[in-house]
Formats: sequence, structure tokens, C-alpha cells
Amino acid sequence: MHIVTCIKQVPDTKVIKMNPKTNTMDRSSAPAILNPYDAHAVEEAVRLKKRYGGFVSVLTMGPPPAVKAIKTCIELGADEGYMITDRAFAGADTLATSYALTQAIHKIAKQKPVDLIICGKMTIDGDTGQVGPGIARRLDIPPLTSVIKVVEINREEGYVIVHRKREDGYEVVQSTLPCLMAVEKEINEVSFASLPNMIRAARYEPHIWSVDDLENVDRSQLGLKGSPTIVSKVWAPPKPSEGEIISGTPEEQVERLIQLVLEKTDRLASKEVAQ
Amino acid sequence: MNFEDHKGIWIYIEEHDGQIAPVSLELLGAGRQLADKRGTDLAGVLIGYQVRHLVDQLFEYGADCVYVYDQPIFQHYRTEPYLAAMLDCCQTYKPEVILYGATSEGKDLASAVATDLPTGLTADTTLLDIEEDTGLLLASRPAFGGNIMATILCKKYRPQMATVRPKVMKALRPEPGRKGKIIERQIGLNEEEIRTKVLEIVKENTKKVRLDEAEIIVAGGKGLGSKEGFQLIHQLADVLGAAVGASRDVVEAGWIDYPHQVGQTGVTVTPKIYFAIGISGAIQHVVGMKNSELIIAINKDPNAPIFQNCHYGIVGDAFEIVPLLIDGFKKALAHPNKTKSVEEVHHA
Repeated sequence: MHIVTCIKQVPDTKVIKMNPKTNTMDRSSAPAILNPYDAHAVEEAVRLKKRYGGFVSVLTMGPPPAVKAIKTCIELGADEGYMITDRAFAGADTLATSYALTQAIHKIAKQKPVDLIICGKMTIDGDTGQVGPGIARRLDIPPLTSVIKVVEINREEGYVIVHRKREDGYEVVQSTLPCLMAVEKEINEVSFASLPNMIRAARYEPHIWSVDDLENVDRSQLGLKGSPTIVSKVWAPPKPSEGEIISGTPEEQVERLIQLVLEKTDRLASKEVAQ
Repeated sequence: MNFEDHKGIWIYIEEHDGQIAPVSLELLGAGRQLADKRGTDLAGVLIGYQVRHLVDQLFEYGADCVYVYDQPIFQHYRTEPYLAAMLDCCQTYKPEVILYGATSEGKDLASAVATDLPTGLTADTTLLDIEEDTGLLLASRPAFGGNIMATILCKKYRPQMATVRPKVMKALRPEPGRKGKIIERQIGLNEEEIRTKVLEIVKENTKKVRLDEAEIIVAGGKGLGSKEGFQLIHQLADVLGAAVGASRDVVEAGWIDYPHQVGQTGVTVTPKIYFAIGISGAIQHVVGMKNSELIIAINKDPNAPIFQNCHYGIVGDAFEIVPLLIDGFKKALAHPNKTKSVEEVHHA
């Protein structure tokens, strides 16, 4: 079974700093990491490989330093890494990104047919979750989003059974293979890298393709040109009015706070009675 | 593409167990404003099985028109048949804008529709506006973990599409007896052609955190120092009968599970009272709780951004303040009459 996992290197948005004067992000302040959701996707691919046998490829689109994210995936147990990198891909929104990744998957599949594609739920820099389903549509395979468990894969009979998260529980879904899954964090816990994998990762050189290495590419669908959406304006979120700071000794502060809360809950209670 | 042909604001209506999802009613409220500004109609697209009776409610909440696809094949949400219905509707009636709830279902469907049409799709919008003369949708959303807001446009394609965060927009007050136009359609898809099947639906409502429904939430952040320190949050929540929330750092540190995460990448909540304890107040968190009725912040750092996003704040050490709060609430709730009246406190 050949599993392709799509991954992305992202700035760690938790620690990103803003330049208060220009109101722009200081990207150099944020370390580049493997998108946390993608770590779960790779972990799941490696676990499925252990369960059913097979081969795990990872694929990313990004600038040359994103090789580091591929190496992280090799540490997690992926077998092969592919990166597409080219100025032509720059500025892509989710539609153009899913197009470029799909073209790369076609090329990977020519070398080794693909049974399953796994993506993380979303990236922490884009926060959209739109690329995975987009790839599935372009490949004309079923997209299974919100996957929290892979119950069974039956490659001979060509189906997979998964649990998909719902707001009120989960649903058990059967789909034909090949298909694409977008996985939630709760699907697994990411293992620590083993020493042999770390050594392998340190020496590993991924396949690096430019746009010219891909076949049948419609350049008008790539990058900024191929992106229907544009960011027109970036601004600081509106500042709400400041709260009242309760002063005094800790005992006084707490006493006042308790009064405020009780007042609020009393009002809730009396409103309910009035109704 | 001829933009003149594309008219109307559409809302994808999400339905579960015969009930319209609250986010769809919220979007009808938001869509009504856009439609009025643009001088066009507001329509709902309702896909499901035995759902036709829901149209009256959609009219009451602001829809002028409802497109209905009511067939057994739509009994459970699945991407492929729902996509087929949306494509049929879009290609036949050509809307200018389509809004979906940013729920797992809404995002799944919108992503597929955007790829197939194709058109642009903005995710997790929290602010919407439309240009009166051009019909250009201004879809704004928090970006980069909520550190900034970005306004996204789709200038060259129609329809313009966005998913919208639940609990951000406001539903209109329903107008009983309000009527509109019903357009019923069918798609010619056989069950055998659909590649996915829902085998079972398992509901897990027992004792699960329903943060989005809690009246009081006590949320803790990295300021609690450790998983052990975070127990204070559980203790205060127990005393108040409240749900426990957490910032993203805390969830990533493994102090508590993901369903407790409040914020951009977690749950959006609107309780009556929200305690933010040891939470610095990164915008990623704030966007998920800022519509709470009463926000109380406790933090050691007087410059923590959370103090710009609360109604009342205490600058102090959580390990000192929270135990006092726990004791205080225990006493107050055990002997409700012995607490001082509000007046006395104000005079003190």
C-alpha cells in the first residue's frame, strides 16, 4: 500500500511577534516547524504501514528551507520525501495549492500507484482546511474529512472504514479506495523519533521538483495567477475597551469579584423566574 | 465570466436530526444585511431527506427564497451527493455570494464546491461586508493564529464564497408567518454511484464537554505553570458548576484535552460568565470568547493583552487569588444570605 502524506512547513504562530509600529508580523521571530496537524497525518501513515505493510511518501510545496520539514517526517518514519519548489508556485491560495500538489501526486503515482492520501486537518498559518478536500476533488477520489480513527483498510476489496468526528459524537463511514483523509489531532499521539530514523533523516535528500519537472501543467492555475482570492488588507484586530482593574488586597479583590459574579448569576436567576 | 448573471446572497442550510443548525440561522441574519445593502434577494439552499417542512422557519428568519433538494440519497451528509446538489443549484441559478457555517460539514462542502466550480473560498470569516455597487464581498478573518485580521476578496470569479464562524453573526428575531418562494429540485444520482456510505452514527453526549452550551466557563492558561497547577481551574469550575476551558498552549502541553480548547482553532463560546485565568490573551484565544457576557481576567502580568479584553481584571497571582475565590464561592453559595449586598460593597 502506498500512502502519500501532504505536509507543510509553517511559522510557529504561537510565538510570532508583531511589529507594533508597522503592525506587520516579524516572521523571523517565529521558528519554522512541521505543521502540528501534519505530524499526526505522518504518524497515522506510518502506523498504517506497520499494520498493513506498504510505503509512506511525504509531499510538500514550499521554499527550499522546507526540506527541514520533510526531514522531520523521515524522523517520524516516512520512507520518501518530495518537494515542489518554484517561484511559479508563490502566492498560491488554497485552490492553486491543491492544483500544484495534485500535479505532483500524479507524478509520484506514475512511479508508484497511490492507494491513500492523508492530510492534516488544516495548517496553523492558513487555518483553512481547504487544501485536502481540494486535492481529493481534483483526483476524483472521495474526501474523508474529520477522521479520528481508521478502523479497517481492505486493499483487496478496495475499501476503507473510518470514524469521522461529528459535533455530537462520530459517524462510521465506508469509502472506496483510493481516497483522501484529513485527520484530526485525536487520531493518534505522535511518537518520538527513533535513533535509526534520526540518522536516516540527517543524511536524507528528498526529491526536489520545479514546475518544469511536472507534466501537463497549466501555468495559469499556479501561484498568485491561479488564485481567485487575494488578501486586500491586513489590519490589527479592533481593540476592545479596557476592563476595570479591581484593586486592593487579594482578599478585597476576591470579595469584590465574588459580588460581581453573584450579582450576575442572581440576575440570571431572576430573569428565568420572570419568564 | 459575466458577473451580471450572478445575483443573490445564498446561505447553505445545515440540518441535523430535523433541526436547522443555529449557525445557519445566524448566517441568514448576516446574509439579510448583505442582501439589503446590495438590493438583492436572500436565499437558503436546503439539502436533506424529509426536510421540506423546515422552509417556513427559514422564511421567518429572513430568507426570501429556499431551494430544496429532498431525496433519500441526502439522508446523511456525504460530500459527493451534497456537492452534486450545490453544483446543480449554482449552475442553474447563479448566485453572487454563498455563505456556509465554518462547521466540519460546511467546510467540507464549501471546499469541494470551490474546487469544482472553481471559485475562491475564504475560511473562518468573522466579519462580512459587501460593496453596494460592485457586489464585491469583503470577507475578513483572523489570520496567522489570530495575530492579525485580513480582508480577503475574490474579484474575478463568481460566486464569492466564505465559511463563517458559528456564534459570531446574529440571527434575526423570527417574523412569524413571513413567506417566500420555494423552488424544489431533484438530482439524478443513484445510491450505487456514491462512493461513501454512512454505516452508523454514534452519539456521545454523556458527560462530554459542551463548552459552547455552558453558562459559566472557567478557563486556564500557561500561567498555571503545570498540569498540577491547572487543577485549580477544575476546582473553581466544580464549585461554580462551570465547564473548563483552556488556551491552545495548555492543550498542546497536554494538561487537558482538545475539546476544552477555546479560540480560533478551538471552540467559540458565548457564556454568561467567562473566567480567563493565567491566560495572556493572544488574539487566537480572544476571538473565541470575546462575545461572552461577563469576562473576568486574572493574570500576574499587568500588561497582558487579556486586560484589554475583559470587563473586570485582577492583577495578581492565580495561586493566591484562585484559592481565595474557591473558598469565597463555597461560603457564598452555601449561605447565600450572608454575603454582603451589592450596595454595601459599592460603599465600602
